[in-house]
Amino acid sequence: MSEKNSSVLPTQSKQTTVPIDWSYAEAPESISHVTFNKSYGLFINGSFTEYNENQSFESTNPANGECLYRCTEASESDVDAAVKAARTAFEGVWGNYSGTQRSHYLYRIARLLQERAREFAVLESMDGGKPIRESRDIDIPLAAAYFFYYAGWADKLSYAFPGKTPKPLGVCAQIIPWNFPLLMLAWKIAPALACGNTVVLKPAETTSLTALKFCELLQDVGLPDGVVNIVTGAAKTGEYLVQHPDIDKIAFTGSTEVGKVIQRSIAERQLPSTFELGGKGAFILFDDAALNEAVEGIVNAIFFNQGHVCCAGSRLLVQEGVAEKVIDLLKKRMQHLIVGDPLDKNTDIGAINSKEQLETIQRYVKTGIQEGATCFECSSSLPTSGYYFPPTILTGVSQSSSVVQEEIFGPVLTIQTFRTTDEAIEKANNTPYGLANGIWTDKGSKIFYVGSKLKSGVVWSNTYNKFDPTSPFGGYKESGKGREGGLSGLHAYVKLDNNGGVY
Amino acid sequence: MANEQTNHPTSQATTMNSIPKTYKNYINGEFPRTESGRYYSVEALDGKHIANVGLSSKKDVRNAVQAARKAQATWAQKTAYNRGQIMYRIAEILSGRREQFINEMILLGYSQEAAELEINACIELIVYFAGWTDKIDQVFGSVNPVASDHFNFSRHEPVGVVGIISPETPSLLGMLGLLLPNMVAGNSQVIIASKQFPLPTCTFAEVLATSDVPAGTVNIITGLKSELIPPISQHMDVDVLVGDVSLDTEFRVLCEVESASNMKRVYFWESFISLDELNSSPNETISTCVHSLKDPYHILHVQEVKTTWHPISE
Repeated sequence: MSEKNSSVLPTQSKQTTVPIDWSYAEAPESISHVTFNKSYGLFINGSFTEYNENQSFESTNPANGECLYRCTEASESDVDAAVKAARTAFEGVWGNYSGTQRSHYLYRIARLLQERAREFAVLESMDGGKPIRESRDIDIPLAAAYFFYYAGWADKLSYAFPGKTPKPLGVCAQIIPWNFPLLMLAWKIAPALACGNTVVLKPAETTSLTALKFCELLQDVGLPDGVVNIVTGAAKTGEYLVQHPDIDKIAFTGSTEVGKVIQRSIAERQLPSTFELGGKGAFILFDDAALNEAVEGIVNAIFFNQGHVCCAGSRLLVQEGVAEKVIDLLKKRMQHLIVGDPLDKNTDIGAINSKEQLETIQRYVKTGIQEGATCFECSSSLPTSGYYFPPTILTGVSQSSSVVQEEIFGPVLTIQTFRTTDEAIEKANNTPYGLANGIWTDKGSKIFYVGSKLKSGVVWSNTYNKFDPTSPFGGYKESGKGREGGLSGLHAYVKLDNNGGVY
Repeated sequence: MANEQTNHPTSQATTMNSIPKTYKNYINGEFPRTESGRYYSVEALDGKHIANVGLSSKKDVRNAVQAARKAQATWAQKTAYNRGQIMYRIAEILSGRREQFINEMILLGYSQEAAELEINACIELIVYFAGWTDKIDQVFGSVNPVASDHFNFSRHEPVGVVGIISPETPSLLGMLGLLLPNMVAGNSQVIIASKQFPLPTCTFAEVLATSDVPAGTVNIITGLKSELIPPISQHMDVDVLVGDVSLDTEFRVLCEVESASNMKRVYFWESFISLDELNSSPNETISTCVHSLKDPYHILHVQEVKTTWHPISE
């Protein structure tokens, strides 16, 4: 078209060859409407304890590396107080409430979250480094949706368990990660409360802010004291919580390594437990797929939330015939990704959550290259302060490469090729993980065939990283045990008068 | 005299119409002896020798797991209808060999009534679970109304290879309570038989072998729990361990600790009835046990929920 135009209008064409600047103007989200404290105590029995400077830690804004606020590190006695509060609330109040009563509180939580969505989104991005577009459009709306969904289950539980009378477990100890702070809180608290349990939840030490702000919201809702308790801290606090003799259930989301430590540590207790652990999802791209759409899918699969996603599609398996073309398209697309200020609405890739995580990613890429991989990085400029890592692809890797087998938890994609469908399935299943996989093809029957053979709890086809409160999520193999979300998600929070089984 | 011989088919053979059986492992549809070359003596309550049974080793566990892994997809990929029919056939064959099992149980110290009631309960339980193969996803699966253009559904799939640690008694019913939900689930398994009362489980292998159950779907090994639980709970290609709550605390903890190596799912169910209880109140104990075992939620524990997002577009 342009050639034709230039021949028709040669003079005009010459006059308009001024290069166009396609760069975006800055579009930062305002932070003027959000407030938070410089220091926080623990949320126990409906109110905040006094902040304890001698027993505190700081949480930084990863976009600039500066301290954002300080938290109290919950000690063994703090955790004990939280568990006691939860126990009292369970036995005295919440455990005796009708499903209808519980549902009313949960609906209100969902509503207040929707009302304060913007505020929570900004805080989430400041505290964790994720692009405001994601916290605004995904994290916070989904967190509200999970509360709304499980609110509706609270008075309908008998329909969820045919032939049984479900009963709450009691006090649930819940430990969540830093990649989706408020959303993971919602995944944990909403079904637990719907089923009549009370909780003690520990947010990750780098992202406690939205959990603490959530406590303010609970006070507004008027949730009875002790039903939800939030204890901030790091591994030590988590250990106090897991080891507490008076908890009835453990729900953990985090690394496979820590999951195994927890499983070993509770071996003697026959404690109901659910684990949401690591992953190494394959994105299987067949040659009949719409390639441009598939490339958008790949970008979403691995670069969403800086790749800090347990179910990330971190391994691209592309059919040989289209591999070259796909890699070429992907590289071109990557050049348009904007790495930058998480609060800027144009930002595609925000800040890496912490200095430690940045170092882990750097180490993995270095190992990949040492093991023979070829590295390509997006050339977007990186902010000078804070923790950032450019979207990266590694080609020339083999199935046994550490970057193919191990979870990197960053914006790093490995690329392998395959010839036959069965080879793709074999490669996809050949890691210790089994959380999620993706299939990209134009053929519906192939989706069902490949999907039925993939060993993972989630199979996305012609999409990736989609979440919904009605849709169960969780892993096979070393990616965890149990499901969160949907009907299956209720299972983790009830005791069934099962004709004698123990689990 | 003739009557006595029918009741003691495995006692010392003096006439040609009663030949004692050699009890062996059941791996990959075959009856190999243990690789260890060792045995222990199974005795009647009065101390009389009944049979030598293999003291299996780590190597037998390995062979059995390998066979189970190889067979798992074959079993799981059969249609639900087909799996239901095969399981129903197990009940048919077992029913036809009822007397043989009753005799073995009596040899081990069961009363006639307890033995009869237990075998009846076994047949009933197999028929019960056979009927679940094509219903589990209808009752417990779901189509999920997600807020996007996707047909989203969750169904139950097998976990994979299961290690089954049988309770000591009830000798056959206890083992079946653990095995049957796993067969419905589409898993393949390695069963560690009861140490004190292994004969009914060993003989059950003959029922499996003649019921169209694909070789390797169910594997049975005999021996000491102290020698077999460590290798099976440490095995990286075993996905689930199930046992009975009567298992010694020491072994239960071992199962949980070792299972962390590859995040095995570990479940303990309740079916134990002591021999004394079986003999003193067979009716009550066995019917309670069957009631406890007839629970489809046991199947769900040994399955994985897989959720698929299927696109909807023009």
